[in-house]
Amino acid sequence: MSQQAPLSSVNDFVVRFANVNGSGSASANELFARAVLRHGVPVSPRNIFPSNIQGLPTWYEVRVTEAGHLGARGGGTDLMVAMNPQTWDKDVAGIVPGGYLFYDSTKPMPSTKFRDDINVIGVPLTAITNSTYTDPRQRQLFKNIIYLGVLSALLDMDPKLIEQLIGEQYKGKEKLLSSNVHALHLGRDWALQNLKCPIGLRIRKADKVGDRIFIEGNNAAALGAVYGGATVCAWYPITPSSSVAEAFTNHCKKLRHDKETGQAKYAIVQAEDELASIGMVVGASWNGARAFTTTSGPGVSLMTEFIGLSYFAEIPAVIINVQRAGPSTGMPTRTQQCDLIACGYASHGDTKHVMLFPEDPAEAFEFAAAAFDLAERLQTTVFLMLDLDIGMNQRLCRPLKWDDSRQYDRGKVMTAEMLDEGRDFGRYLDVDGDGIPFRTLPGTHPTKGSYFTRGTSRDRYARYSEEGAVYADNVQRLLRKFQTAQDMVPRPLQANAVKPTKYGVIYFGSTAPAMDEATELLEARGHQLDRLRIRAFPFHSSVASFIAEHDFVYVVEQNRDAQLRQLIVTENGIDPVRLVPILHYDGTPITARYIADSIGTHQDQIKVTPLRKAVS
Amino acid sequence: MTYIAKPKFQHPGIKKNALGYSHRDYEGKISTLCAGCGHDSITASIIEACFELSIEPHRVAKISGIGCSSKTPDYFLGNSHGFNTVHGRMPSVLTGANLANRELIYLGVSGDGDSASIGFGQFAHAIRRGVNMTYIVENNGVYGLTKGQFSATADRGSKSKKGVTNTDNPIDLVGIALQLGATYVARSFSGDKKQLVPIIEGAIRHKGAAFIDVISPCIAFNNHAGSTKSFDYVREHNDAVNRLDVLTGRDPIEIDQDPGTVQIVEQHDGSRLALRKLDADYDPHDRLGAMTFLQKHAAQGQIVTGLLYVDPEADDLHSHLNTVERPLNRLEAADLCPGQSVLDRINASLR
Repeated sequence: MSQQAPLSSVNDFVVRFANVNGSGSASANELFARAVLRHGVPVSPRNIFPSNIQGLPTWYEVRVTEAGHLGARGGGTDLMVAMNPQTWDKDVAGIVPGGYLFYDSTKPMPSTKFRDDINVIGVPLTAITNSTYTDPRQRQLFKNIIYLGVLSALLDMDPKLIEQLIGEQYKGKEKLLSSNVHALHLGRDWALQNLKCPIGLRIRKADKVGDRIFIEGNNAAALGAVYGGATVCAWYPITPSSSVAEAFTNHCKKLRHDKETGQAKYAIVQAEDELASIGMVVGASWNGARAFTTTSGPGVSLMTEFIGLSYFAEIPAVIINVQRAGPSTGMPTRTQQCDLIACGYASHGDTKHVMLFPEDPAEAFEFAAAAFDLAERLQTTVFLMLDLDIGMNQRLCRPLKWDDSRQYDRGKVMTAEMLDEGRDFGRYLDVDGDGIPFRTLPGTHPTKGSYFTRGTSRDRYARYSEEGAVYADNVQRLLRKFQTAQDMVPRPLQANAVKPTKYGVIYFGSTAPAMDEATELLEARGHQLDRLRIRAFPFHSSVASFIAEHDFVYVVEQNRDAQLRQLIVTENGIDPVRLVPILHYDGTPITARYIADSIGTHQDQIKVTPLRKAVS
Repeated sequence: MTYIAKPKFQHPGIKKNALGYSHRDYEGKISTLCAGCGHDSITASIIEACFELSIEPHRVAKISGIGCSSKTPDYFLGNSHGFNTVHGRMPSVLTGANLANRELIYLGVSGDGDSASIGFGQFAHAIRRGVNMTYIVENNGVYGLTKGQFSATADRGSKSKKGVTNTDNPIDLVGIALQLGATYVARSFSGDKKQLVPIIEGAIRHKGAAFIDVISPCIAFNNHAGSTKSFDYVREHNDAVNRLDVLTGRDPIEIDQDPGTVQIVEQHDGSRLALRKLDADYDPHDRLGAMTFLQKHAAQGQIVTGLLYVDPEADDLHSHLNTVERPLNRLEAADLCPGQSVLDRINASLR
């Protein structure tokens, strides 16, 4: 038996489910997470899965957090639901001392397979399942619901709330509904009769969820594309971005068919590769439709020639990049923020591209919609930089909002009427100093406004030219346009420490929840930090002033090469010494503990009293 | 290369079409290709076809890749929007453009390097999808702009200008187009404008993926003895299976010669293709037969030309996707955005 005091915690612990990919566990695990939410207690779940369809290990980690810390906690598992013999040793080793191990005890396990500093809860799941069900598929699926029932008893959950969720899920399918509820109680009743319930870890009803929603970033981004008026989606399957296109398809099927004719107000093409998908986006945008593609790092690599064309010929394009660990195939199912350089400067020659960095699904929705306005206004590529952690995990976030009076910003498009009024049309002519020229759409006017689009150098009236002065004039205007973009993209958000401090931290994207939590941890250790969350590239002028206001600024990011830091140094001419990189890049989501430890260690070193001062 | 600007002068008695446009209204800038280039003849045929069909020039979108052939859209339809894209990627750009606005006419111009090598995949997939377009490959078997390297359509055993023999097997784009379901497939020769112009006209009026392979000798790098894409070689080995006339009006069809040898095909848009048979055995409705016929004749060194296959009942990518009649690029927020009430419902389902 355990020599360690059993863990005791209410609404603040980590449950990890170890399963076999393809065994149908995902829906039961999600049901658990949603059931906790229904208790008014925030959760933050994460899928940890291999590049595989069936057979390999997969984990689902649920952080139960009444305090609302939605970043990964790290530091091991408090309750391990060990349903995968393949990963038993690793799973058992990952339990914190005093933690709990819940396993299927149908087959006896040798005592060497356990630890004496954890609490072991054996339930003969297979035996219970097999004595109740004969169909092999049913046995597998209901076993998952049965362990959920056991958990509800162990953690003192209200079974009514789980039943309610099952009821919503199987609305109109009475047979499935009642059999699931039955399975739930089978597990729950067994536990109540045979185990000491509840254990030290408990779910207690709270009121900390509010009106927040629970959604994957990819789904939210797809919805943002629907609301943002995207009509053409061309894509090529790649993890972890495929579910953006799939979600866009599903939303369009429900929301974008003409009520009378049933015809589609959108076109989705699964292209032959990423070159074709971005080519279609460029073609559609050139012709005035709002178009996007969705991909991940390797796809961006393939698209770079077209991205250069979009930049130089000034054609709108929206690319949703759900980042995964690179380089090359890298770790396709692990998260990183590793494509900032690849996207920010994609393609040969001098190029710069707009990037948006949402922190969660709610921003993924807003920024996806905004990306289309920005792409058309700026006539260039706009990247929506998601990552696997935001994209493929359900995240608690504020409800999605849309202003019904909002109109799309189609940018500077010269119409037939404007041409007939005698307006001077120069495709690459900067008429008002913002670096953005007018464009015409094909088919606009019988005799005016046509031009030849090309990736080669040309003058302000789109006439081919390799004159040095003409080329320089054009690329300087492109730079001016990029400066204009600074004030159009979402601004950085600053949050100052309670007390004045000489130290700051810059971070972005999916690091946000871990950074928020790390701030609390650091404050508890006496370290005050002003914070700036960057939400877009090009950087707003407030980034440079934030750095100027502090002695040191930590730049926290999830890649090896400090890519955001590089961009800040390059674009703002900052002395690199003033930017201290805090880097996390093992493919797991960054944690508050990691950030707090890294920054705390650095702060402690700075705060060592100088020798001279001590002597004097 | 010519640097002078093209004069705007038009002869007052110049022939006008139904829209009141003359040939000059379908011209573009002065060609910068070599004097005598086959591609310039194709340009002239495109101009002729558009004039004859009385197409409004600005309703055409001209899209090309990279290479000599891909430069030509600058030399015709000066009042159309043109897009010189990236090497081998015209088909994807054209597909996207077509999705955005189904009302324009899409003319894709490419070369053998552009479509059979770097862009072979995009060529194949645009054909597979049935994009409504006229896809013209100006095929000279050689990379002209980079000075004479073999392309993937060069025949095995043919000689380069430098005397090197090609040992790779050729890609026959017509054969591939047939296999992948193109619904209008033709081959012609830049030196035979009489054959080429109606083939282009028929393709423009065709609803679906129309593919035309035009053998177009490269005067600078592939017009020598030993080349199988030279003017002399193509003239000697040209095996035309039919002659086409495109009839767009309501006029009765006049068949001057032996009526048994003329076949009338009516396309979706009401245009009629009058096909005068030159080879009695050739049936342009038989996809499999066409493929066999081409392979047999290719083995004998013959270049089969004419309208090789047509499916008058063809449909296109828009019908496959069931898109609305109104072009997608004209839909506005009111058509596209479901609004906050729907979002409220979605939010509620996510709690």
